[in-house]
Formats: sequence, structure tokens, C-alpha cells
Amino acid sequence: MAGLSFDLIALQLFAGLALGAIYVLFAIGLSLIFGMLTVVNFAHGAFYMVGAYAGIYILMLGGNFWICLIAVPLVVGLFGLAVERVLIRPLYGRGIDYPLLLTFGLSYVMVELVRIAFGKTGFPFDTPEVLQGAVNIGVGYFPLYRLFVIGATAAVLLALWLFLEKTSFGLIIRAGARDPQIVRVLGVNVTRVWLIVFGIGTAIAGFAGLLAAPLQGVSPEMGGTILAEAFVVTVVGGMGSIGGAVLAGLLVGVVVSMTSLFVPEMAKVSIFALMAVVLIIRPQGFFGRAGLMS
Amino acid sequence: MTRKTIKSGSISRRRLLTTASAGAALAASPFSINLLRAQEATIKIGFPVPLTGPYGAEAQDQVRAAQVAVAQFNDGGGLNGRRAELLVRDDKLNPGEAATRTLELVEKEKVNFVVGSLSAAVQLAVNNVTKERGIIYNSISQSDAINEAADFSKYTFHEALNPHLTSGAVGRYAFPKFGKKVAFLTADYAYGHEMVRGFLEVGKAFNIENLGDVRHPIGTTDYSTLLPRLQALKPDILCICNFGRDQQISLKQATDFGVKKTTQIIAPLLTQASRVAAGPQAYDGVIGGSSFYWGLEDKFASTKAFNDAFRKMYDGKLPTDYGALGYGGVRTILAAVRNAGSVDTDKVIAAMEALKYDFYKGPQYYRKCDHQSVQSVLVIRSKSKELRNDSDVFEIISAEEPNEAGLRSCEELGHKA
Repeated sequence: MAGLSFDLIALQLFAGLALGAIYVLFAIGLSLIFGMLTVVNFAHGAFYMVGAYAGIYILMLGGNFWICLIAVPLVVGLFGLAVERVLIRPLYGRGIDYPLLLTFGLSYVMVELVRIAFGKTGFPFDTPEVLQGAVNIGVGYFPLYRLFVIGATAAVLLALWLFLEKTSFGLIIRAGARDPQIVRVLGVNVTRVWLIVFGIGTAIAGFAGLLAAPLQGVSPEMGGTILAEAFVVTVVGGMGSIGGAVLAGLLVGVVVSMTSLFVPEMAKVSIFALMAVVLIIRPQGFFGRAGLMS
Repeated sequence: MTRKTIKSGSISRRRLLTTASAGAALAASPFSINLLRAQEATIKIGFPVPLTGPYGAEAQDQVRAAQVAVAQFNDGGGLNGRRAELLVRDDKLNPGEAATRTLELVEKEKVNFVVGSLSAAVQLAVNNVTKERGIIYNSISQSDAINEAADFSKYTFHEALNPHLTSGAVGRYAFPKFGKKVAFLTADYAYGHEMVRGFLEVGKAFNIENLGDVRHPIGTTDYSTLLPRLQALKPDILCICNFGRDQQISLKQATDFGVKKTTQIIAPLLTQASRVAAGPQAYDGVIGGSSFYWGLEDKFASTKAFNDAFRKMYDGKLPTDYGALGYGGVRTILAAVRNAGSVDTDKVIAAMEALKYDFYKGPQYYRKCDHQSVQSVLVIRSKSKELRNDSDVFEIISAEEPNEAGLRSCEELGHKA
């Protein structure tokens, strides 16, 4: 195909960064929970899907998209708290594969319950009216809603960074991730800290699901693909590093975008090829702490 | 222990022979009783469809509509009192799973016929089993390969449309109206490839210019990196050749990117389930092909009768396109059984070949060489305004009458004349 212009390449690069921002949003909830709790949350995609369905439910009750933006993370976060308290907590200290297997099974249960409650067919989710249409970004037209998602991702990242780095509770969380025993000796209730971290991680997953709904509709299986993408971003960025996840997400987006331009049928494979290369050269990922998994 | 067995085995060799021959003689009588019993037994139709997975909604509708055909047959007295029964199995949209389930249906359940599947690859797997076992199979999903001599057998029937016919009808409608510059967005597997081939073939007659074919892996959820490239080609027509959720998501995102402002989007096949799942906004104005739409009831009494029977059985619901295929696939076999007065495979094949039927969408018949159902193709447009009910999602903008000229010729498919 001919017609490779500068504008097209610039637009493609931008599309890649925009897609990368969406990958980052998919991945930070997973990365946060892994980094702080060393729990590999295989139900991350299911929480994401539940976020989208929570949005659908709120819309059915007569709410609007803006109410969803506040309510969905709260609802999914509360659900996450319950899951941590009842299912995850008994497994702490038992090795990394216990919570992994548990969340893996949980994801199947969640998907099946949603199928029973809402049916197998998906739901349409219209883009909110003020965010519809495409705007000129200088090199071509780009959907306004995608720009909004980039903004929302940046806001989540900023809030998370301020919370972890600038508040005393964030300090406790970070200390708890380094050495829970010492923190416990100092009189901090680490169990409660973990509960809250898991809640925040799942709330962000639900938030991501809600934001993805106007992009791709809502279906019980929607969490399946993003789980793989979120894992790649987390692994490439370094397990547990939020800064790494941001860099990796953007990089994955650009790699997908550029592959799409030249060999579109390879776009999906390119993500995993990138992961393989990074793992060979730098097994802990960009900013990962070595030995976190052991 | 082992030695003993060997010893007794060698001793009883002669006895074994006598027993065997006596057994054979003995078997003759219960065998005939079994045969007699089989004559009175229910007529079993195996029905492998992907109840779980991305086409679950369509598959469920296939089952519902097939049950309507079975109920009508039984209410009409069956075959001299012999009732029909549908044995539904989940093929999970997986060729291996489908082959196993089909084999089970044939070996364990002793089904008389098999109808079903909802994927090009899966139906070929089912067909492989049934043709080897000499069981009639009526496929109700799109495929070009199933017509070709390599995959065809005398047991193979194809009630669904095929990509060549469908894309042909849509192309013949769209190319003269919207322009000659055509770009493709295609799912990278058999269905997508067959559809593109069909469009390019019919496009020759209209001198279309192929600007390019962007292929995406099946199951893609983000098209934002593919759409700018397609828009830069400035096509008159963007032909999106994918199915199910891929189609829903790609149409939604193409709408977001403003593709519809400058370009007419066409798709080989629009299904009601996909349109309902994705909503009116994403599909608005998109043109595509279909084998059935309930709105045909204004034109054909058979459609009205089928819709009414379906409504009655499923509290007011209307059948979808793939549902109608489930009905057609089972109904034709049962009609042939009644015409043949028997479930004997060869007699039913002859009866099906002789069938001229109008069961749900106007006149149809099976072509002799490849058992492809020659039937009308609808060209439909998705609408977003003035919807009369939940199922009122398309308008029929053109209908190609049943015509063998729309199919590839028997020679082209490798059948001997």
C-alpha cells in the first residue's frame, strides 16, 4: 500500500501513545497489587469487566456516565475489599501460587455470574454525548473520547503517585511492601494496609473497565484480552513498578501502532515479541526489583 | 497368572471358533428385533453449536428455532407416529471439540442426522466426521470450502449462504452506488479471506480499485492503530470483513474515528445479534448481506408462519438470521424424511435433492452437484431511527432472487458434470 505521508506516521505515533495510555490504565491496578502485596491478581480482567457491567447497571437505574465515573470505582473497590478479606487474606504467607490460582478460579466464577445475571450477549455502551466525534489534532482527526481517556489515566496516575509518595499512609504502604515484619513490629496493622491496597487496585481495574466500555462495548468476556495485555505491560515495566508500567504501556502502544502500519496481521504478536526481547535482556523488566517473585 | 491365561487361550482356540459361529447365528435373531425397535424409535438429530463463547447468543437462537421445526414435525404426526428429537451439544466454537461431540452423537446416541455449527472451520470438522460415517449433515453456517469437491460428499448439505454468494450480492448492490475505490479491513482467517475474495471477484465487473487490505488478528479489541491508515487511503467504500464481536468493536471505533462521514461502510454479513449487542450508533447506516430478516413476513407467507410459530413458543420474541438457519436446516431434513417415508440415508438424500421448498424465506432448493441451498440474498441497512420494536433493527434495501448464477459453477468447485 502506497501513501506513507509524514502526517500519517505522526498520527500513527500519536495513536500508539494513546493506545499506550489505555494499556497503562489497564495495567496499573494489576501492577499496584503485585508490587505491594506480591499477589498476582488473575481476576484483574474480571474486575475490569465487572466495572463495565456496574456502569451498565447504574445507567439502567437512570444514572449517567459522570455518576458512573465516581460510583463504579467505589462499587468495584468495595467488592475488591470483600474479596481480599474473605478469600485472599487466608492465603498470605503461603507462596505466590496460592492467590494466583485462587484469583484464576475467581475470574471464571465472576464471568459466569455476570453471564447468568446479564446474559451472554453484550451490551452497547454509547460514548457520552459531549465526548462524541473526532477532533483535529494537527496531523489528522482523532476521537475526542480517546483524548478524554488519556486525561483520565493521567489523573489516576497523579492521584496514585501523590497518595503513595506524599501521604503518611502511602509511606506505610511502601514500607509494608519492603518489610512487613518490621512494619508490624512498629505497631502498624499491615493486614489493614493490604486490604486497602487490594481495594484500590480493584477499584482502578473497575474504573478502566468503565472507560473501556464506550470504546468496545460491554461483554462478559471483555476482561480476557486485557488481562494478557496488562500482564505484558507489568512484566516489561518490571513487576510491581508503577513508573515502569507507564513507560512499558506507552512503549507497547507505539510498538503495536507501528507494527499495524506495516504488517497489521503481526500487531498482536508484536506485543509478545517485545516482552520476549525485554525478558532476555533484562529479566526483571525496566524498573523491576530483582527477586520479587522468589 | 499370565501363563495360565495363555494356556487357556490356546486350548480354547477351537472352542472359540465354535462359540463364535454359534454366537453369530444367535445374534441374527436379536439383531432383527433391534432393527424392528429402531424403526419405531425416535428420529434423532444431533445439533452441535457453540453455546459458549463469543457466538453463544446466535447459537442459542439456532437451538430455539430448531426446536420449533421439531415441534411442528411432531405435532404433525411425525413419521407415521415416530417423533423427532433434537440432541443439542456445545461445540465451544472449536473444531476438535465439535468433531468429538459429533462422533459421540453418531456412535453413542446413534443419531440419524446432524445439523449445526456456526463457524467455517467448525463445520468442516463436523462434516469430516459425518461424511466418513455416512450420516447426512446439513450445515447452517457460512463457508465456501464446504461446497468444493475436496470437502463435499453426498451426505453434505449446506442450508446457509456462502461467502461467495453473500459478498457477491452486497458488492453488486454497493459498488455501482458508492464508488469504485474500495479498502478492506479483514479478520485474518478463512471467513475474512473468503469474503474478500468474493468482493474482489464481483468487483471485477464494476472495475473497482482495491486500495488495500488491512488484516487484523481475530479477537482484536482495538482498531485505533489500523483506522488512520485506512482513512489515509481515502476510500469510497470501506469493506469490513469480520464477524461477531470483531465486527461490533471495529464498527464502533470506525464510527468514533469519523470514517462514516466520508466513506460508506459495507460488511458481507450483518447479524441481528451483533447489531443488538453493539447498539444502533455503531451500526447506523452500515450495509451488509443477510440470509434472513424477520421483516420478510410482509413479503412471504412462510416467513409470517415461521415468525408466528417462534413468537408463540418464545413469548413474543422474533427469530434472528442464524435462528432461521437452525429452523431451515432441521425443517428440510424432516420434510425430506416425511417425503421419503423413511430415515434411510440414501432415500432421504434423494428426497432432499428433489425438495423445492418455501419454509421461511421464499423459494429454495438444493443444487444437485454441491447440495448448496439456492436461495435469495438480502441486502440490509442498519437503522437507528423509528424502531418499532427490539428486533426492528434493519431495513431490507434489496433482495437478490434465488439464482445459481450467483454461485460458483459446479466445474469451478471441482465437481464432475
